[in-house]
Amino acid sequence: MEQLKKRNKFILTIVSFLILLFHIIPFYIMFTTSLKAKGDFSSKWVLPKELHFQNFQEAWLTANLGPSFINTTIITIFSAVLLIFFGSMAAYPMARKQTRLNKFFYYLFISIMIIPPLTALVPLYKMVVNIGMMNTYEIAILNNVAAYMPLTIFLYAGFIRSTIPKELEEAAKIDGASTLGTFFKIVFPLLKPVTASILIIACVFIWNDYQFAIFFLQDSSMHTITVTLASFFGQNQNNLNLVAAAALLAMLPMTILFLFLQKYFIAGLSSGSVKG
Amino acid sequence: MSELATKTKHTVSKKSQKRNQESSLWWMYLPSFAIVFLFILYPFINGIQLSFTNWNGFSQIYDYVGIDQYKRLFTDPTTWVVVKNTLLYGIGSTVLQNIIGLIYALILNQSIKMRAITRTIIYLPVIISPLIMGYIWYFFFSFQGGALNDALQFFGFEKINALGNPEFNTWIIVFVNTYQYVGIAMIIYLAGLQSISKDYYEAAHIDGATALQRFRKITLPLLMPSITINIVLNIIGGLKLFDVIVALTGGGPGNASQSMSTFMYDLYFKRQDAGYAATQGVFMAIIILILSLTALVYFKRKEIEA
Repeated sequence: MEQLKKRNKFILTIVSFLILLFHIIPFYIMFTTSLKAKGDFSSKWVLPKELHFQNFQEAWLTANLGPSFINTTIITIFSAVLLIFFGSMAAYPMARKQTRLNKFFYYLFISIMIIPPLTALVPLYKMVVNIGMMNTYEIAILNNVAAYMPLTIFLYAGFIRSTIPKELEEAAKIDGASTLGTFFKIVFPLLKPVTASILIIACVFIWNDYQFAIFFLQDSSMHTITVTLASFFGQNQNNLNLVAAAALLAMLPMTILFLFLQKYFIAGLSSGSVKG
Repeated sequence: MSELATKTKHTVSKKSQKRNQESSLWWMYLPSFAIVFLFILYPFINGIQLSFTNWNGFSQIYDYVGIDQYKRLFTDPTTWVVVKNTLLYGIGSTVLQNIIGLIYALILNQSIKMRAITRTIIYLPVIISPLIMGYIWYFFFSFQGGALNDALQFFGFEKINALGNPEFNTWIIVFVNTYQYVGIAMIIYLAGLQSISKDYYEAAHIDGATALQRFRKITLPLLMPSITINIVLNIIGGLKLFDVIVALTGGGPGNASQSMSTFMYDLYFKRQDAGYAATQGVFMAIIILILSLTALVYFKRKEIEA
């Protein structure tokens, strides 16, 4: 019995190692590609003879990645802050006051999660052109805030319902604090874990957004990283080494953020499942 | 705008507090609702209206053409190619992500070596832009100098044009989407597995249940909530697939790997056929709604049975 267990564990370890290898393949290929010189047509599986780090510099400069990084950062940060501010505030009454009105709006927000915002692309685009908001940070931010607001409310409401004791707020009320004051001074600080989860999930999705950006930020000075990469890919079909280098640079910020805040990212993604 | 908003909020808040302690505090979700209404709900309703017009996407003048665009939608052979692909992307990735994600979770729930790093690598793609994920796999599958063909040639096989083959490339898109998001399914299953009490397994062990019996009678039923959320999430994600298709095949050759999202984009921006694009959008929303609600109701019922 003991021996059988040991053998099973050994087999599982081998299997999981093979899974690990399989999942590394694309990253490995991207890495070797990004480090090879332009004329190097050696197999993608082989490591480069000499590391051609110039690719990163060249990609950064020719793809004009700098301004796109700034655009993407501005859009991501403002969207995330607005999501957290308005989303937490919105979730509070829906989690606490079970009135008919609140239930209706809660379920309305949740059902919007099912509709991909882009099914309404045509009218949305028409509206944005009419109100003169094409190629602005504002439209990119508002679109992203609208798209991730239902998820934000869902996560905040679940957390408030299950972990924040009501007595706290009642004690504050007796002291005569306003509702908004109670919320931001007493409840909001307790929401830190879920705020961290929402922050990283929202940052990752908004940083990576391509669909909104390609429709509403068509002016090249407003391009975000994904849009810049897409046009860079189009121009460099026969110089994929540069594309690989640019792609690696583009995914670096979120990868670093993720490795530091992994715990919160996973907690946020799996919290919906535990409650069903 | 924000100053005014805070001002009104304050006056409303005082009034409502005096009126009723159990008030709805609806003003707290008013700003969120305003944004969602303006940028999702209103355009959505407006889209239904536009789907009955022949708007070209830029002119100020257009006519209402009744149900002509819908007639066109149902007789357009491309619609059915696109719907078939969209369903393949949605359902195909859902099935694969759930089966593979569950297997990964079962393996990585054991205390084995390098468990943490393996988990991290499996869900690392989740944080990468699907567009970049598409390019990364392009390096693998591309005809000229792709890693797959490098390997095939090394072992003496013919090169294959995987991305240009209309019989085949939709499956590659399903594969890439599965590779990217199997990590989410795995995380949710891991959380589900960890919430199952060990007592059940001990009791089953004493009763002499085999591993397969334990899986079917304990693990699977108690994982039902995780299965529901995974399936609904995956269906919604797969049906609206866009970036990966743009990166890998651009919807081609012809319309062979186009999804409803990419087709809509083409109709609007490349073919100046905005009214028809709106019709496709409405149709897509209906399909997503029907499929995800069916899945939700079906699996919720299973949860109760279990």
